[in-house]
Amino acid sequence: MIHLDLSKYNELKDMDIGYYKSFTRKMVIFTVLFSFIPLLVVSTLSHHYFNTAYKEKVVAHINELAFKHKQNIDNFLNEQLMNIRTLAHSHDSSKLSSETFLRQVLSVFKESHSSVFVDLGVIDKTGGLVAYTGAFKLMSANYSETDWFNKAKEREFFISDVFLGLEGQPNFIITVKKDEIFLMATVDFKAFSSIVEDIRIGETGFAFILNRQGNLQTLSRYNVVPSRMVYRELISKASLNDNVAIFSNFKYLGKKYVYTMIPLKGGEWVLVLQQEVQDAFSKLYTARYIGIAVFVFAVVGIIIIALVVARKITKYLAEVGAAKEKMHERVRETNKLASLGELAAGIAHEINNPVAIMVEEAGWIGDLLSEEEFQETENLTEFKRALAQIKQQGARCKDITLKLLSFARRTDPRMVNVQMNAIVEETVKLTRQSFKFRRVEIKANMQPELPTVSASATEVQQVLLNLINNAVDSIDVSKDDGLVEIITKNDNDHITITVCDNGQGIPNANLDKIFEPFFTTKPVGKGTGLGLSICYGIIKKMGGDITVKSEIGQGTCFVITLPQSD
Amino acid sequence: MSKIKVLIIDDENDFASTFSERLLMRGYLSCAVNCAEKAFKTVKENAPDVVILDLKMPSMDGIEMLKVLKKMDPSIEVIVLTGHGLSKGKDEAIKHGAFDYLLKPADIDDIIERIERANKKRMLEQQYLASKRV
Repeated sequence: MIHLDLSKYNELKDMDIGYYKSFTRKMVIFTVLFSFIPLLVVSTLSHHYFNTAYKEKVVAHINELAFKHKQNIDNFLNEQLMNIRTLAHSHDSSKLSSETFLRQVLSVFKESHSSVFVDLGVIDKTGGLVAYTGAFKLMSANYSETDWFNKAKEREFFISDVFLGLEGQPNFIITVKKDEIFLMATVDFKAFSSIVEDIRIGETGFAFILNRQGNLQTLSRYNVVPSRMVYRELISKASLNDNVAIFSNFKYLGKKYVYTMIPLKGGEWVLVLQQEVQDAFSKLYTARYIGIAVFVFAVVGIIIIALVVARKITKYLAEVGAAKEKMHERVRETNKLASLGELAAGIAHEINNPVAIMVEEAGWIGDLLSEEEFQETENLTEFKRALAQIKQQGARCKDITLKLLSFARRTDPRMVNVQMNAIVEETVKLTRQSFKFRRVEIKANMQPELPTVSASATEVQQVLLNLINNAVDSIDVSKDDGLVEIITKNDNDHITITVCDNGQGIPNANLDKIFEPFFTTKPVGKGTGLGLSICYGIIKKMGGDITVKSEIGQGTCFVITLPQSD
Repeated sequence: MSKIKVLIIDDENDFASTFSERLLMRGYLSCAVNCAEKAFKTVKENAPDVVILDLKMPSMDGIEMLKVLKKMDPSIEVIVLTGHGLSKGKDEAIKHGAFDYLLKPADIDDIIERIERANKKRMLEQQYLASKRV
């Protein structure tokens, strides 16, 4: 089937499609970029500020916790120290060296809940144990070589680091100097340790105490404490005055930790709070995840909306463009037809006049030849034949110009709502009349209750007559089963009229030329080649289309499509 | 019976003169003019029976001419013979009283047949008018 919108229109459409595609692409990119950039800026800024603020808040909270616990522990130590100091100051050396007295004091201590001493003892300045009461049997012990005793000798009072005592138990000792002797008390390590062990922060946070060498001074329920080297490193980094030092993002065994360190016991010990970063900043992370989710959602939303909006706009533009193009095409078509019509009329006039003169002069010669003096002329018949030929060819010129003129003269071009079946019926009747003596059957196959179309009835009839004439002409006279069938059909928003014949068909090479003006395969003088081009012009003007299908030896079908009237 | 007087109005001199000659040869009193002024003058002086009129002429539009001629002498029969299209020209011409409309090139016998018929019609009308007057 051949469409007469020929290839140049297709190319145009391809170009348009490319244009609209790139337009959509650009619009999507611009929309996404211009929405995405502010979104990114806002998100980054708010993320940054929220992060900072939240971290500050968390740090402040940890700080506060650390201070509270530091005070707690310092209070505990001070309280124990005060107990021993009070004891030392309120009794003289000899009384203190009495084991009975010490035993009495220890039992008093044990009765009061705040006391955690496991024993009491008195040491002379050489380190020898003078008196002792408590859990261990240590009467012959000498502490002159121990580290803590050497430190204690220098000071009025002293709290030692935790060490494995002579009894093989971890403990630490409080000593108070009194004249020449030292009052010594061992602190129940477990009681002390539990103060620290009980500290809980969040889900993973716990506390422990280190001395300056990085040795643990308390037990830890959690065995995630890294090696001593790590603590040394941490302690060396921290400038441990009275201030809290916080190290976040400290990596150990694939996990990140926050360490908070605060000096205890005049800077000799360090209270360390350890918590997983994930836990410490859990709310921050939740907020971050939500933020990321919102961001992703927004980006996806922007992209989807950009795509949808761009497509809608492009579709709208394409529709408008197509409508405009169609209108332009129609205007061009109309102009073309109008100028063709004018041209045809002009040519008809310009040709008919000289032809008329030629025919007239030939007639004049004929008239003169009939005079008597020429009757004897040898070639008289030949002259007459030539003159007749001139007259006949003049008439042929006139025929051609008449056909041309029908371009300009569109019988009644007014478009009205017409019932196509009625026109077909009338036309078929008319043609049956004129082909009475040809062995060709003309059949109409009409779909009943066809919607009306907006068209000029006389013009449509002209087209149908032309097509039927052509169809009959294409059927071999010697054949006795010639058939021309006209089919009307409703097809969505338009109707189709098909004129089919079982004639000789049109060769492929001619198919795309048959609507061109002056194209004819009929013998010279038999056809002007204007019929189908006029049909084409008429149908196109009515907003319809006319196409052709043909097969050699099988026949030809012309299909007219006309839009239904509104 | 007196000869029929035919006036040919056509700006194509070659055509008009030859055609006029041929009519003369066939026993008509014919005369050819190529402009409106001459035409009106001839009508006034010679009162032709039938006018052969071209529609497209430089000096005056054929339809205008037709109207003027019919006004000057309503009994004149005008046959339009033109090289121009049929479209609105024919309807216009018939509407304004032309007897017939022929397209160039036309066979002289056809034209003569029209002239005869036009003249017959004219004669009948004149007879009718004369009988009424009596």
